[in-house]
Amino acid sequence: MINDFEYDAPKTLKEALSLLDKYREDYKIIAGGQSLLIMMRQGLIKPEHLIDIKGISELNYVKFDSNKGLRMGALTTHSTLEKSPVIKKSFGVIAEMEKRLASIQTRNWGSIGGNLCHGDPAGDLAPVLIALNATLTVASIHGERNMLVEGFFLDYFETALEYGDLLTEIQVPTIPSNTGTAYTKFNVIESDMATVGVGVSITLAPKEGHCKDVRIVLANAAPKPMRAKQAEELLRGKKITDPLLKEAGEIASTETEPISDIHASAEYRKELVKVLVKQLSKEAHLRAKQA
Amino acid sequence: MRKELKFTVNGQPYELYVKPKTLLVDVLRNELGLTGTKKGCESSSCGVCTIILNGMAVKSCSILALQAEGAEITTVEGLAKGDQLHPLQKAFLDYGAYQCGFCTPGMLASAKAFLDENPKPTEEEIKEAIDGNVCRCTGYNSIIRAMTAVVNGDYKEAK
Repeated sequence: MINDFEYDAPKTLKEALSLLDKYREDYKIIAGGQSLLIMMRQGLIKPEHLIDIKGISELNYVKFDSNKGLRMGALTTHSTLEKSPVIKKSFGVIAEMEKRLASIQTRNWGSIGGNLCHGDPAGDLAPVLIALNATLTVASIHGERNMLVEGFFLDYFETALEYGDLLTEIQVPTIPSNTGTAYTKFNVIESDMATVGVGVSITLAPKEGHCKDVRIVLANAAPKPMRAKQAEELLRGKKITDPLLKEAGEIASTETEPISDIHASAEYRKELVKVLVKQLSKEAHLRAKQA
Repeated sequence: MRKELKFTVNGQPYELYVKPKTLLVDVLRNELGLTGTKKGCESSSCGVCTIILNGMAVKSCSILALQAEGAEITTVEGLAKGDQLHPLQKAFLDYGAYQCGFCTPGMLASAKAFLDENPKPTEEEIKEAIDGNVCRCTGYNSIIRAMTAVVNGDYKEAK
């Protein structure tokens, strides 16, 4: 049963930030609520105050500028990203990921900021953003601060947000030339959460064709979205071959700390990482060659 | 404390007072008596509570009623015009897409929101459109056939 709570629905960012400051530690923020309401219904979260930011229209936008890259307001819905022409054209991996993130109904109402702030290590959005070297902006009544999406996650369902903070924007730099990106997840039911997810970005040296830069990011393989840095290190500077990618998968698997749950054992997840890192790096490499 | 909620459901404006914790599905069913919309898993998994809100299919069990402030909502009760069934409803009958009927209000909502946005979809897109709705009878093929018949223009909307 959902507990009774006091409810506010600010219409501007300024109003929202002063409410967060006013209620200190007794509040929870709701955007689309697609994850939060499930937890509230189970009695896992019982806020005194619920601050509903869904109606703050100034945080709902997708803007693109070839110098600054992509900027997305935290309240943008998943389906907006999936259908955005500029995202489909210049950040295809984001649209590709969004299409499988959850059911259509959830994508229509759930926000990208809410997805990140929920801090579920199985989330699909974070690994893709980290693979794209994205940053985000957090605001409070004291001002704004920026950080890498990679640094935003601290532990299971725990982020760098302090009381009084609100995630306002996510920025994705323009994808460098000769770069290929890919994301996939393994799940038994389509559009369910990731049993394990893998996002890869590979940049090739334009003439020599070796791997100039690479990011391999895993979902649900550790308490937070994680980069398989040793696997990245193996690939960086080398010419990419199938045996090398196989080895990268094996190394990535040793870097993980997955849990066992009803969906899969930890051992099974480690096997999945091996296979998916190999497959997705191959796909990203192929796309980099075509880019 | 109850809060004011104003919205439009099936063309009818409503003004009521609800507790902030009330879910949209409960307002529709209990306050407005629109029991066509069902409650199934209540964990955002099954899709039987799907309604159309501002043109989008959403799960009414996973939205606070107050978040629907100012919204235009269509539930299964709003599909027919008088005694004229909506083309999707007629096609569902003809193709045996109802079976036990429990998923039907949600299926129809997903199907309508989808076809309003994409009237000429591929079969693959039709399948994806109902991906968020579980049919416990596993009658997906007849649902897909019914939707395909509507897409092919076999059923005309009542004037």
